[in-house]
Amino acid sequence: MGERLVELEVLRYHPETDSEPHFQRYSATCREEWVVLDALNHIKEAIDPTLSYRWSCHMAVCGSCGMMINGEPKLACKAFLRDYRGVIRVEPLRHFPIERDLVTVIDDFIAKLARVKPWLMPKDNKALAAGEYRQTPAELKRFKRYSMCINCMLCYASCPEYGLIPEYIGPAAIALAHRYNQDSRDGGRELRQQETAATEGAWECSFVGACSEVCPEHVDPAGAIQQVKIESTVDWYQEHLMPWLKK
Amino acid sequence: MQRLGLPGDGQASLTGINIAPGATVRMEVAMETVQTDVAIIGAGGAGLRAAIALAQADPKLRIALVSKVYPMRSHTCAAEGGAAGVIKADDSLEQHFEDTVGGGDWLSDQDAVDYFIREAPRELVQLEHWGCPWSREANGSVAVRPFGGMKKQRTWFAADKSGFHILHTLFQTSLQFASIQRFDEYYATELLVHEGRCAGLTAIEMRSGQMRRFDAPAVIIAGGGAGRMFPFTTNGAIKTGDGMALAYRAGVPLKDMEFVQYHPTGLPSTGTLLTEACRGEGGVLLNRNGRRFLQDYGMGPETPLGQPVLKTMELGPRDRVSQAFWHEQKKGNAVPTQWGDAMLLDMRHLGEKTINERLPLVRDMSISYMGVDPVTDPVPVRPVVHYMMGGIHTDIKAATPLPGLYAAGECACVSINGANRLGSNSLTELLVFGRRAALSAMQYLEAGAHTAGEAALGALAAAAQARLRELMQRSGGTETVAGLRREMMQTMELHAGIYRSGEGLAAACSKLAELRRRCRGIELHDKTNVYNTDLLQALELDSMLECAEALTRSALARKESRGAHQRLDFVERDDQRFLRHSLAHYRGSDAPRVDYLDVVITRSQPGVRDYSGAHE
Repeated sequence: MGERLVELEVLRYHPETDSEPHFQRYSATCREEWVVLDALNHIKEAIDPTLSYRWSCHMAVCGSCGMMINGEPKLACKAFLRDYRGVIRVEPLRHFPIERDLVTVIDDFIAKLARVKPWLMPKDNKALAAGEYRQTPAELKRFKRYSMCINCMLCYASCPEYGLIPEYIGPAAIALAHRYNQDSRDGGRELRQQETAATEGAWECSFVGACSEVCPEHVDPAGAIQQVKIESTVDWYQEHLMPWLKK
Repeated sequence: MQRLGLPGDGQASLTGINIAPGATVRMEVAMETVQTDVAIIGAGGAGLRAAIALAQADPKLRIALVSKVYPMRSHTCAAEGGAAGVIKADDSLEQHFEDTVGGGDWLSDQDAVDYFIREAPRELVQLEHWGCPWSREANGSVAVRPFGGMKKQRTWFAADKSGFHILHTLFQTSLQFASIQRFDEYYATELLVHEGRCAGLTAIEMRSGQMRRFDAPAVIIAGGGAGRMFPFTTNGAIKTGDGMALAYRAGVPLKDMEFVQYHPTGLPSTGTLLTEACRGEGGVLLNRNGRRFLQDYGMGPETPLGQPVLKTMELGPRDRVSQAFWHEQKKGNAVPTQWGDAMLLDMRHLGEKTINERLPLVRDMSISYMGVDPVTDPVPVRPVVHYMMGGIHTDIKAATPLPGLYAAGECACVSINGANRLGSNSLTELLVFGRRAALSAMQYLEAGAHTAGEAALGALAAAAQARLRELMQRSGGTETVAGLRREMMQTMELHAGIYRSGEGLAAACSKLAELRRRCRGIELHDKTNVYNTDLLQALELDSMLECAEALTRSALARKESRGAHQRLDFVERDDQRFLRHSLAHYRGSDAPRVDYLDVVITRSQPGVRDYSGAHE
């Protein structure tokens, strides 16, 4: 594998000096096997130290480097240059305010994560000395995929509903609530449903499914959201038509 | 200060992209101060564990969790293989003790190891109770897997994303405690030390570029390792030794810094880690002739393919396996790749099903970054800088010599890891000592909190701000962050790697002293406030250079070979002179002073590390 000259068109915005964002073109000599993040690092080191973006692990697990690459939400550390021809356009994640260059303000997402109460509320309280809760591989499998979310927010950038209705809790947060709801050790579903089944919750989703398509960890938030809707429907019927079933 | 709002709040621009409102030019304002009881620097595994322990112990405590990244970006997330703790009936605490102490080449403090192994199972069960998705046996109990240097299977795991699940479980658990106030993307610049006690810190809020003062009678550093001193490392970009450097500059010595762990199996293209669990599950290492060469380096005889035997061959300790590769390379037995010499990690005999179930991330990364599918082909790998055994000098209670300052996790050196850490001890360590640091800080506060006065703290913080301003405003400098960083990395790779020599280390020491001098000639390209990564990287470079100098000075002074520190000019272990911890003391622009501290030995006298199949 050799080197090639790659043209990148990177969105720049500096709140202290720019009234609005603009694109800056960089030509960088890149190795064939590099990812877009490597190209950005090369630009930062050798061409323009003022370019700002987030990154850390370079192995698709820390979730820092989500950005729009040729209009698609991607992790820059898993977007291979070999998959692109021509000029590569790099922009900050869609639907989030820009803090600077490729760095977005993610307060909204962080607040929504906390709102769905993503922690285990044990069904039965067991003392530490009594050892671990038993959970079979089959029970683990029920929620495992929903526990794989790296909080990269690509799903929010892909979600048309979130773009239209910023109050929508959104794919990753609902999938995370569903992860705990599905955990055999947990008894907190009712509390979480207050958020996930509320007006800003799962019912905002029109099942476009883009979130599951862009998810780098195959979490399938769209699937989780539909299951939350079903559970919420069952809850409603039980409450209104068969109240004796409750409790 | 105006807080930033929801998406959609921003002014629409021509490109249809939102701009954060309120992010306009700011005038210099008086420094905002945060009053807190305990400040924690770093929000990875150790920092979060400490924060939760504090919040649970006393809901009235004010806890400030200060981190240069959002908690889930912390490098704990990249740990793959698992966390060690005795749980199964055929295992014993004594065996975990022996494996750890021998694995550390007897440089571990044995009282600390005792505390660690006793607390380990409880901490891992605690994580289970918080929801960590540990892999399971058919009967629903937690599963364990084999790991290098461990005589029994005791490594708890969540497939090959154990660190990721530990970090997210801790982060999500922490969200239920209102008393944990997070300061995400705040970079700590200095500890405030008044009358011989730690009294708080200063930090830059990345979003605004403004400095904040944190008044805290107790501070816990949980800032992680410093692998980015080296060019080829499994460590993420954030692992620049900032926590270590903070303590070091405040007068706390760095202990055993010469011990750097090379993980034997990184991808040659990127340094991406392939977990030791690859070998725990039965993967084998081959040279260019297809020989399982570890048998030629005291780790034989060869074990049957697909039937790994604990504590021998591919399940030998990391230092020995990485050193064996170095020798193979010298003999011309390495496998050439376009990224340099490698060996082969062969997992084909495990079969697709096992690889998918137990090592899905390994398969994904091998394909993505190397174009090799472990199901059908052996994967080229080579040793890669992975972990710092050394760090901030703490005692068994996670306390540093500076009253009010505690440390835990990779940035700290208790030391349980001695001269070579066993894989899967560090995830457990950050839990055990994260909690321990919290308890110690609580006890310290209960004994009577010492608060420094406004005048003293104000003066200290103003001085910290003046130092930062000097860097920001400096002009006429000719040095660049990237240039100096590159020279540092080359120096470390050349002289502070798997095998070292006195000559090379001396050259490294003088080169690093030169780089530290030249650092004062850096002129930033970026002199603005908002999310200034040019500034951030300049500060991180300072941290790394200071850690690197402590490392090479300590390595030069240790004239013996022990664990991960191998000297070509002193090839034997020398218990007479060096069964001691090194302590590097900061001396400003001068080179550090290195002195020594006795190792705590309770019941295991230094012996021979035997990883041959004959050690039964």
